[in-house]
Amino acid sequence: MSEKQIKLKIKRQETPTSVPYWEEFVIPYVPGHNVISVLMEIQKNPVNAKGEQTTPVVWECNCMEEICGACTMLINGSVKQACSALIDTVGTDLTLAPVSKFPVVRDLHVDRQKMFDALKRVTAWIPIDGTYDMGEGPRMAPKDQEEGYQLAKCMTCGCCMEACPQYNPRSTFLGPSPISQVRLFNLHPTGAMNKTERLEVLMEEGGIAECGNAQNCVRVCPKEVPLTKTLAELNKDVNLHGIFGFLKK
Amino acid sequence: MATQNMYSFFLRRLHSLTGVLPIGAFLAEHFFTNSFAMFGPEVYNSKVEFFMGLPYIILIEVCLIWIPILFHGLYGMYIVFTGQANVTRYGFFRNWMYLLQRITGIVAFCFIVYHVYATRISGLLTGQHVSFESVQQSLQNPLILVFYVLGILSASYHLGNGMFGFLITWGIAIGEKSQRALSILCGCVSAGMMVFGLAALSYFA
Repeated sequence: MSEKQIKLKIKRQETPTSVPYWEEFVIPYVPGHNVISVLMEIQKNPVNAKGEQTTPVVWECNCMEEICGACTMLINGSVKQACSALIDTVGTDLTLAPVSKFPVVRDLHVDRQKMFDALKRVTAWIPIDGTYDMGEGPRMAPKDQEEGYQLAKCMTCGCCMEACPQYNPRSTFLGPSPISQVRLFNLHPTGAMNKTERLEVLMEEGGIAECGNAQNCVRVCPKEVPLTKTLAELNKDVNLHGIFGFLKK
Repeated sequence: MATQNMYSFFLRRLHSLTGVLPIGAFLAEHFFTNSFAMFGPEVYNSKVEFFMGLPYIILIEVCLIWIPILFHGLYGMYIVFTGQANVTRYGFFRNWMYLLQRITGIVAFCFIVYHVYATRISGLLTGQHVSFESVQQSLQNPLILVFYVLGILSASYHLGNGMFGFLITWGIAIGEKSQRALSILCGCVSAGMMVFGLAALSYFA
C-alpha cells in the first residue's frame, strides 16, 4: 500500500516588498491534520518537494479553535481559517496563499491593521471612562442581547473583506465587518449614547453607501455573522438620520 | 456634524433613487407608449405627435429624463470603477448579479446614448420627428436590431436587479427571508420588463 501524502503549493514572500514565489512541499498524511498542523510539520523539517533545505513557512495563528481570526488565508482559492480547515475536508492537494486585501508581512502572515483602524474610526466600543463613577447603565432587553451576540461573534478575521468586491485598493470602503460592529454598539443601551457619531461615520467617504450588495461577505463569514441583514438595518438607520436629520436643523 | 465628505453618501443615495424614480418609471412608460405600435403606424404616429405637443416638453425631457439618466449613468460608471469583480473565486448567485448589474448598466447606457441621439437629438437638429416608418427603417439594419434587443434586455435586467438593490439601500428588505422573497419578485420585474420591451420592439419588425 502506497503511503498517503499531503501535497502543498505555498505562495511565499520573504519581505513585505519582495517578489512572491511558489514553493511546493510534500508531507506524510496523518489522520486529523488541519492546515495549521500541516504547516507545523513543515516548520519542524523545512525541506521542499525537491528535497532542498528551505526556510520554514511563516503564518499567524493563535487560538486554534476559530475564535481569534488570525489564521485567515486562501486555501485552494477560497478564504477561510486555517485552523478549522481539516485536511479530510479540504483535501490532500492544497494551494495556500496569503489573503490579497491586506499587506503581506511574510509568506502567509498578513497585516490586518486596516481593519483595526476601521474599528477605531467607527467607535467600535462603548466609551464609559470618566472622572467619576456614573453608576449602573440601563438594562438591555434579552431580544437585543441575542441580536448583539450574533454580531459579537465577529473575530476581525477579514474573510468578508477578502471576498468583498467593493473592498479593494480603488475604493475607500470600510468593509462589512467594521460596519456591522456599529450595529452591535448602537444596540447596546449605553453604547446608543454615541449612536449618532457612529452613524455619521457611516455616511462619510468609504461608509455604508459603498456597499455593492454582492453579499459575498455573509457567504464566507466563518462565524455566520448576519452581515447583510445588519447592513440593511444600518442602511435604514443611516437614511433616517441622514435625510430626516437635516430636516431637524 | 455633517461635513463635505458626506457628499458621496448623498450622491450614492441619489443614484439609487434616480434609478427607480424617474428612470425606472420612465422605462415602463416608454415600453407602454411604444406598445401603441401594435395598432399600426397611424396610431403610433399620433401618440408621437401627442407627446411632442405637450406643454413644456423640453423642460420635462431635460429634468425628468436627460439629467437623471446622465447623472445615473455617469455616476454609475464611477461606481463600476470602484469595484473589483471576483466571480471566478466566489461564484455565488448574488455575486454574479452584482457583476451583471455593472455590465448591463454599461451596455444600457451606451445604447441609450445612441438611442437618444438617433431618435431625438437628430430629430431636433433636422426638424424631422421620429415616426413609425423611421424606426421601422432603422431596424432593417440587423446590427441596429441586435443593439436594440441588447439594450432592452440590459435595461430590463438592470431595473429589476436595481430595484432589489434599492430595497436594501433604503432599508426596506432587511431579513434573509424577506430579501429572498423580494429578490424573486425583482427577478420577475426584470423578466416582465424584458418581455414587455421586446414585444414593443416586435411591432416595428
